[in-house]
Amino acid sequence: MQDFAEAFRLAFGLVAAMDDDLVEIIGLSMRVSLTAVLIAAVVGLPLGALLATVRFTGRAAAVVIVNALMGLPPVVVGLLVYMALSNAGPLGFLQFLYTPAAMIIAQSILITPIVAALTRQIIEQMNAEYAEQFASLSVPWHTRVAALITDARYALLTVLLAGFGRAVAEVGAVIIVGGNIAHLTRVMTTAIALETSKGDLALALALGIVLLAIALAVNGAVMSLRAGAESRAHA
Amino acid sequence: MKLKHTGFLAAATLCASMVLAVPGMAEDRSIIVQSTTSTQNSGLFDHILPMFEKASGIKVNVVAVGTGQAIKNARNCDGDVLFVHAKPAEEKFVAEGYGVKRFDVMYNDFVIVGPAADPAGVSGRRDAAGSLKAIADAEAVFASRGDDSGTHKKELSLWQDAGVDVDAASGTWYRETGSGMGATLNTSVGMGAYAMTDRATWIAFKNKGDFKIAVEGDEAMFNQYGIIQVNPAKCLNVKAEAAKSFVDWIITRGGQSAIAEYKLDGKQLFFANAAKEGAS
Repeated sequence: MQDFAEAFRLAFGLVAAMDDDLVEIIGLSMRVSLTAVLIAAVVGLPLGALLATVRFTGRAAAVVIVNALMGLPPVVVGLLVYMALSNAGPLGFLQFLYTPAAMIIAQSILITPIVAALTRQIIEQMNAEYAEQFASLSVPWHTRVAALITDARYALLTVLLAGFGRAVAEVGAVIIVGGNIAHLTRVMTTAIALETSKGDLALALALGIVLLAIALAVNGAVMSLRAGAESRAHA
Repeated sequence: MKLKHTGFLAAATLCASMVLAVPGMAEDRSIIVQSTTSTQNSGLFDHILPMFEKASGIKVNVVAVGTGQAIKNARNCDGDVLFVHAKPAEEKFVAEGYGVKRFDVMYNDFVIVGPAADPAGVSGRRDAAGSLKAIADAEAVFASRGDDSGTHKKELSLWQDAGVDVDAASGTWYRETGSGMGATLNTSVGMGAYAMTDRATWIAFKNKGDFKIAVEGDEAMFNQYGIIQVNPAKCLNVKAEAAKSFVDWIITRGGQSAIAEYKLDGKQLFFANAAKEGAS
């Protein structure tokens, strides 16, 4: 398979040349997926903490549902968002279809359950450890959640990275709601799908290598941020 | 405590600024064209759209899917122009009031490609139906789009001409990929299956392996493309003026000569054939 060697050569060539189209596509991928992570964090972190710390009827069922939603098929999410945002759908007036906004919505729906479910798991364990202290100091609920999230922040960072990984690697939803329109809604994964359909496997693989490199860079950046914060905390 | 949060805060601010930077809507002078993969994968749009955009100032955003899906999307009013290749379905679209009028734009033809080994012995034949019959008789593997696309509809009509019931053979030698043209070609090259494709996609396709064109030249494999402006009376949000100028450009001299001059590897991929006065 000479395609492999060709793919690496192409990947380095593309990055070295800072190809305008590639930079644009990478930029959009990052913008869409990071925004989706932000939304998933705003919704999913409190939701997970709520499920972990508050006892209410139907809580067990809610936990099962949120866990199950981690397995949402991207194509199904894409279809649902398409049907909602279509001009024939209830939210057509927003005119979001075939824009990055539609892609952000789809990815947010996909990764919010991941963030919520993993957050619940982490916070619940920590809550059990702290339960006695909280009880003896009669800490109010919101202070408790804030304390738990703060103490679990590094584990939660990994949760957000998991969400980011799912979002940035996903193609099924964004290709339906974004339409893979050149210079408007084309991201890394839809570009890879397009080149594959053109039979240009080397270029498709090269783009895949670039996407992996970006994922590595994002993870590396977050980890070094974490290491920096930890060393300052211990200083 | 404060220091620990700086990183998070910075990241959050960065993300927030990204949200604000996302354009909610496309700019006014842009239209969405629901089209088919062959026009995009062959590079035709990359060639002709910049010319139109330069001449008109209108940005054309192409959603390239199978003809069946393109028509469904346009029915949902999610596009300003429909540019596909399945004449009966296009005429139905207009008759039902979704389109203003259908115009011929250009044509190319379908070909049947297959492995060099040619297990059904059809290489060099011209008659599509007879060749398909030979493939069926030999039970040679055939990869079908199976996705209600223009190419798929045409392929099914040719099987009908050949008197072969492919539904009965589905899953055995007749394999429906349920995917686009490129994905189906990748699959057929992978499993040594015959496949029918439009010539433009085939010429532009880069993963040919040892595959060659086996059957070509039958009039029944003629592939006509048509363009339709989505009806603003049915879809209130259609950008009627911009959509009309695109349709007008495509079917008159500027668009027609742009299509005719597009070549790949020295081969002309599409033959412009809009009627002179723009009547269909």
